[in-house]
Amino acid sequence: MKHFWTIFSHEVRMLLVSPSTYIAAVFFLLTMGFMFTGILEQYSHAPQDSSPAIMFFEYFWVPVMFMVPLLTMRCLAEERRLGTMETLLTTPVTTPEVVLGKYGAAYGLYLALWGATGGFFYILKEFAGASSRLLDPGPLVGGYVFVAISGLLFVAVGVLASALARNQAVAGFLCFFLLSALIWGDNFLASHPAWFDREALHPIRAAVDYAWIFRHYDDFTRGVIDARQILFYLSGTVLALIFSILSVEAKQLQG
Amino acid sequence: MPETVPTAIAVSHLVKSYAGVTAVNDISFTMARGEILGLLGPNGAGKSTTMRILTGYLPATSGTVSVCGFPVTTQPDEVKRRVGYMPENNPLPEDMRVSEYLYFRGRLKEVARRKLGPRIDEVLEVCDLKRIRHKIIGRLSKGYRQRVGIAEAILAEPPVIIMDEPTIGLDPHQILIVRDLIASLRGRMTVIISSHILPEIEVTCDRVLIINQGRIVAQGTPADLRREIIGRSTYALEYAGDPGRLPAALAPFEPAVQISAEGPPDDAGFRRVTLTTSRDDDLGEGLLRALQAESLRVRALSRAIPTLEDVFLAATRRSWEVVDRK
Repeated sequence: MKHFWTIFSHEVRMLLVSPSTYIAAVFFLLTMGFMFTGILEQYSHAPQDSSPAIMFFEYFWVPVMFMVPLLTMRCLAEERRLGTMETLLTTPVTTPEVVLGKYGAAYGLYLALWGATGGFFYILKEFAGASSRLLDPGPLVGGYVFVAISGLLFVAVGVLASALARNQAVAGFLCFFLLSALIWGDNFLASHPAWFDREALHPIRAAVDYAWIFRHYDDFTRGVIDARQILFYLSGTVLALIFSILSVEAKQLQG
Repeated sequence: MPETVPTAIAVSHLVKSYAGVTAVNDISFTMARGEILGLLGPNGAGKSTTMRILTGYLPATSGTVSVCGFPVTTQPDEVKRRVGYMPENNPLPEDMRVSEYLYFRGRLKEVARRKLGPRIDEVLEVCDLKRIRHKIIGRLSKGYRQRVGIAEAILAEPPVIIMDEPTIGLDPHQILIVRDLIASLRGRMTVIISSHILPEIEVTCDRVLIINQGRIVAQGTPADLRREIIGRSTYALEYAGDPGRLPAALAPFEPAVQISAEGPPDDAGFRRVTLTTSRDDDLGEGLLRALQAESLRVRALSRAIPTLEDVFLAATRRSWEVVDRK
C-alpha cells in the first residue's frame, strides 16, 4: 500500500478544488441547518420526549442519499471516461491502492462535512448553556459514531457505483438507487414482518432485520453498541470495495 | 541477473484474444537498448494492444514478454517502473495544472521527493513547457497536451518509452518539435512509437515493424523494407527520339531494366516512360550514357525512391491477399 497516501492526498486535493464538493457541502449544511432549526423550534413550542441530537440524526438519510453520490460519482467513472485510468494503472500502482485511495478521500470528506454539523451543537451550547438538557452527550456521541460507522458502507457503495458506471451521472443515479434500496427498501421490508411468516422465509426476515439501518441508528443513539451491527457495516464495506476493485480490473481486461 | 540481459524488450509468440477475436496473433520481436522502433499498421491491426501488453496494463493470452529482463506476467511492477507510457489520445486530467500533474505522476512513479522538483524543471525545459507550467491542462492546445504527455512519459527517466500515436492531431511545426524530442532520446532510452504519419516514422525510427491483422507482415530498417517489399527500383525518364531504339539502350543492363509504362509524345516530342529494375545500385549515369549512345535526347531522368507509405501499402496488401487466399 505504498502509493495509498499519494493517491489519497491527490484525491483530497482534487475534491477540494472541485466545485461539486462545495455544492455538496453548501447543500448539506443548509439542509441540516434548516432541519436543526426546525427541531429547536419544536422544542420552543412544547417539550419533546427525545433530545435534539436523536431527532437530528434521525434525518441522517437525507444527506446520505444526496451527498454520497455527489462525493463519489466522479472518483472512478470519470477516470475511466477520460482514459486516465490506463495511465494510472501503467505506473507501479495497484488497483486496490487506487480504489482505497479514492475511497479514503471521499470518506474523509464525508466525515469532515458531518463534523461541521458539530457547529450547530456548539451554537446551541453557547445559547442554552452546557448543562442544558437539550445537550444530552449520549445520543450526541452515539449519533456521530453511527454516522462514522454507517458512512463507511455508504461511501463504499458510492465508490462501487462509480466503478460500475462509465459516466459520472450514471454513477450518481446508481449510487442513489443502491442507497435507497439499502436504507428505504430494507426499512420497507422490515416494517412488514407478516410477509415473511412462512418458515421458509424466516432466513430472509432475519437478513432484513440484520440490515435494518434505522434500527441500528436507534441502538447507537441509545448508547447500545452491538458488535453485529459494526460487523454488518465493516463486512458490507469490505465487500463493496472488493467488488469495486474487481469491477475496475474486469473493465481493464476488456481493454 | 535481469540487469545483464542486453535486450531491452523481448516479445515471443505473443497472442491476445478478446471475446473470440484475436487482436494479436503470434508476434515475436526483440529490441536492443537505445533503439527506436516504429509500429505501423492500419486501424485495428493490434498496435495499441501490443503496446498495452508491453506496459503490463493488459495480460497476454499466451506468449512471453519481458522488459529489461523482467517478465511482464510475473513481475508487472518491475516492468511498470521501467516503462514510460503515453497512450493513444493522450488522456490527461482536465482540472490539474501542468506542474501539479507532473508532481503527482512523479510520486506515483516513485521518483524521490527531493529529486522530483529539479527533474520536473528539466522535463519542462526539454519539452518547452516552462511558460505554461501553471496552466490548467484542460485549457491547453493539442500540441501542448501532447508535450505534457511526452514530459510525463520521460519524467522518471525510464529505460523504455512507449508512445501510441504521439504526433496525432499536431500541426507540422509541432510534429517537428515532437520529432526532435523523440530523436533526442536515441541511445539513452529504448523507444517504441506507433504512428500513421509514415514519413514521421521513417525519419525518427531505426527500425520499423508493420503489423496487420495482429501479425507482423514485415520488419527491418526502412531501406531493408523497400528492398524486401517493393523489390525493385523505378526510374522516370523523359526522352525524344526513335522509340524503337530504347530497348537497345536498355539491353546492356542486367538484371534487365524494363519499360513498365510509356506515355505519348508531348508537343516537343518528348515521351515520359517508367523504367523498373530489381537492381539496387544507382543506374542513372549508365542509363544517360546508353541513351546518348543510341542518339536519344534526354530531358529528365530521376530515380523514384519508394516511400515508406508505398512499402506499408504493399506489405498490408500482401497480407490481405494471404488472408483472402486462406
